[in-house]
Amino acid sequence: MIEIGALEKIYQMGEETVAALAGVSLTIDRGEHAAIIGPSGSGKSSLMNILGGLDRPTRGVYRFEGEDVGQMDDDSLADFRSRRIGFVFQSFQLLPRLSALQNVELPMVYAGLPPRERRERAAAMLERVGLGSRMGHRPTQLSGGQQQRVAIARALANAPDLLLADEPTGALDTQTGQEVLALFRQLNAEGLTIVIVTHDLDVAAQAGRRITFRDGLVVSDDKTGAKA
Amino acid sequence: MRRIDLVGFAAGAIAAHPMRSALTSLGVVIGVAAVVMMTSIGLGAQQRVTSAIGGLGSNLLIVMPGASRGPGGGFVSQGAGSGMSLNDGDARAIGEQVEGVVASAPAVRGGAQLSAEGANWSARVEGVTPDYLTARDLAIASGRMFDDTEARQGRKVVVIGQTVATELFGEDADPIGKRIRVGAVPFEVIGVLASKGQSGFGQDQDDIVLGPLQAVRSRVVGRRVKGDQVQTIYVKAATADDLDRVQEDLSNLLRERHRIRNGQDDDFSVQNMASIMEAMQASVKTFTGLLAAVAAVSLVVGGVGIMNIMLVAVTERTREIGLRMAVGARRNDVLFQFALEAITLSVIGGAIGLLIGLGGGVLMAKLGDWPVAIAAWSIPVSLGFSLLVGLVFGAYPSWRAARLDPIEALRRE
Ligand SMILES: Nc1ncnc2c1ncn2[C@@H]1O[C@H](COP(=O)(O)OP(=O)(O)O)[C@@H](O)[C@H]1O
Ligand SMILES: [Mg+2]
Repeated sequence: MIEIGALEKIYQMGEETVAALAGVSLTIDRGEHAAIIGPSGSGKSSLMNILGGLDRPTRGVYRFEGEDVGQMDDDSLADFRSRRIGFVFQSFQLLPRLSALQNVELPMVYAGLPPRERRERAAAMLERVGLGSRMGHRPTQLSGGQQQRVAIARALANAPDLLLADEPTGALDTQTGQEVLALFRQLNAEGLTIVIVTHDLDVAAQAGRRITFRDGLVVSDDKTGAKA
Repeated sequence: MRRIDLVGFAAGAIAAHPMRSALTSLGVVIGVAAVVMMTSIGLGAQQRVTSAIGGLGSNLLIVMPGASRGPGGGFVSQGAGSGMSLNDGDARAIGEQVEGVVASAPAVRGGAQLSAEGANWSARVEGVTPDYLTARDLAIASGRMFDDTEARQGRKVVVIGQTVATELFGEDADPIGKRIRVGAVPFEVIGVLASKGQSGFGQDQDDIVLGPLQAVRSRVVGRRVKGDQVQTIYVKAATADDLDRVQEDLSNLLRERHRIRNGQDDDFSVQNMASIMEAMQASVKTFTGLLAAVAAVSLVVGGVGIMNIMLVAVTERTREIGLRMAVGARRNDVLFQFALEAITLSVIGGAIGLLIGLGGGVLMAKLGDWPVAIAAWSIPVSLGFSLLVGLVFGAYPSWRAARLDPIEALRRE
């Protein structure tokens, strides 16, 4: 599904150049559950941003089901994010003004769904992540774990092909973190392709595949891990 | 996305900070209210000028003794010491010899104490000929006007205005045939004028007594006017287009009759009501334009206020913008969302300002004795302008929002 080749992301910091990605090649197949691990600053987020169509590579190829994402213009990238990608962030990124239901509706608004349809679907998604009774709550009225579930429901709203989660448990305690990860495993079991970034080796152990980064390069790619 | 959903976004953002939104719109509210009020006042003044001068009679030239004192300077008051250079013969000559003259009406005037049936009143008394009604666009409501013979013979009959009729004889009485004293001289009332109401200069035009020229000149006006002298000749031309030509012809005629040589000053002056009206309207228009321009400046200031708050909003909501982009918003979706927010603030402000402006105009017309006329076009124009203000001043903040980098934006605290 995903094919990247010799991918580079280079940041210009005044005189200095920082290679966040220094030539990464990977393929990820449909239905995989991959964990990306590595020390801070090794380029994990940079890769996720490019995979999610939030950023463009400096050099290299990124194909998503044959489409050349690296060459897309802004509007095409926006549509790509809308149709193909669900993003889960470490800091949830919910809009505080909106209810849980409205937050989940948001991607569907940009996808052009009519109100009734998106409301029904948002409610279904919230049911799915176990928040059927909290739909009218604002983010501030929800616990961290509940907020991250809302964010996951939002990521699933447009039925994406790929779910990207950049340290989704980083802001959660161990218990709620585990619950969120269990949710990911369940989604993966239902066929969703998931790429998750984590520091936590225990978390990584639960994924089917572990890709280790160091200094912008893949240093190991372990597909032997048993599917949980 | 569906464009209609942008409305929901804009409304949500505005409703989220009601106080801030209200204060942001306030500039536009004040600007639009000021523009609407200023144009209403200007238009009212314009209409007052039109009715003031139109009320004197249409296609009217006013000839008075004495040299001209500049445009508009001498048609209300008559300077002391100006020689009584006009007479009945001049009026008759103008009527007979100048082409295109419908009426040439000589007049003298004075004030007098009136009394009838024990009631007293004082009013303006004009000595005129029947042509006066034609020249001044007056009509008889009941009874009749005196004829030329009566005017020349100095018969003691009068036609009175509505105010005089009411003051002397009461509200519903029929004054025809009744006797009144003008000063010490008894007259018989033969007609009542149709009401003309207040003049544009604030004068009650119905507070008047018209008597035959000869009788008023000799018995009422007194020593100031002797023999066949007159104080004013009202000349009505057949058409407005002809007015300038008639003015020139009658000036030449009078110069000839008064034996004024080339290079010598006229001993009379002619006021062309149409050109005075034009001049006054032009100055009122300029004044209105000036007021509106000043008011428009406050509208611009209101726009700057909107821009300021929108820039703050873009900064505050950077993460929101990043998130919207991350879940699929195109740059234009963000652009339109913020532009619509600015336009909504501005147009709501404009609508409120319009209501305040209209209300203020009506109030000023009611409370103060201020002429106010609300221009129908001020409604679409002020709403259109507030939309434009929102568009212009919302453009830059919206553009800033749309061009944010989603990753940077999401990382912002
Ligand atoms: N916008 C940026 N400008 C400059 N340098 C950046 C930027 N984003 C990331 N970097 C650098 O790129 C490297 C990789 O960062 P990142 O992908 O965030 O790593 P990780 O997510 O693995 O911690 C780091 O050295 C970081 O400082
Ligand atoms: Mg990171």
